[in-house]
Amino acid sequence: MSAQPDNQIREAITTAIRDNEVILFMKGTPEAPACGFSARTVGALQSLGARFAAVDILPDPRIRQELSALSQWPTIPQLFVGGELVGGCDIVTEMFDTGELAELLGAEQPAESGPAPVVANGGGLQIESQR
Amino acid sequence: MPNAVEIKSRIEAAIPGAQAEVEDWTGGGDHFRAKVVAPGFAGLSRIEQHRLVYSVFGEEIGGPIHALSLTTHSE
Repeated sequence: MSAQPDNQIREAITTAIRDNEVILFMKGTPEAPACGFSARTVGALQSLGARFAAVDILPDPRIRQELSALSQWPTIPQLFVGGELVGGCDIVTEMFDTGELAELLGAEQPAESGPAPVVANGGGLQIESQR
Repeated sequence: MPNAVEIKSRIEAAIPGAQAEVEDWTGGGDHFRAKVVAPGFAGLSRIEQHRLVYSVFGEEIGGPIHALSLTTHSE
């Protein structure tokens, strides 16, 4: 990772967002969130039984820099569905409360119970999707 | 170090007609929670509304302002 140029990081992020229907960029992992906002966002997704890919942005500060430059969104976490930024913790929580999140995810994914969330560590930006 | 009063007045100065309630969430001067009502939010998505508020602070978000939790409404 240390030798990876910034543009490769951006490319990896772009690819990850494109290839994963639901992907969360967060601090820490779904099992061990490193920030309350990330924890709450994971909680909303998990309580809907949503399957999502997760990227820990902490291992390399450039992941966050490139992500925010790409998404025009300054904070972490960031949830993308279908390649589009849905929002951070506030918006995801609000959409969870109103049922919009369920609707959004339900429309994108059949409501079958998937496996527990799989975590991809940010090192090397390896993404593991949960399909 | 930013404070809630300063954040409130900067939001209200930057967004026409905006009314903001801001609280220092943790008392530590870096985690804030704001409720912002502005007529200009009408017709904008939540993302766009929040971006508008974040844009008031630019690089300070994630820097001195570690977190600014937002609720936005047009009225």
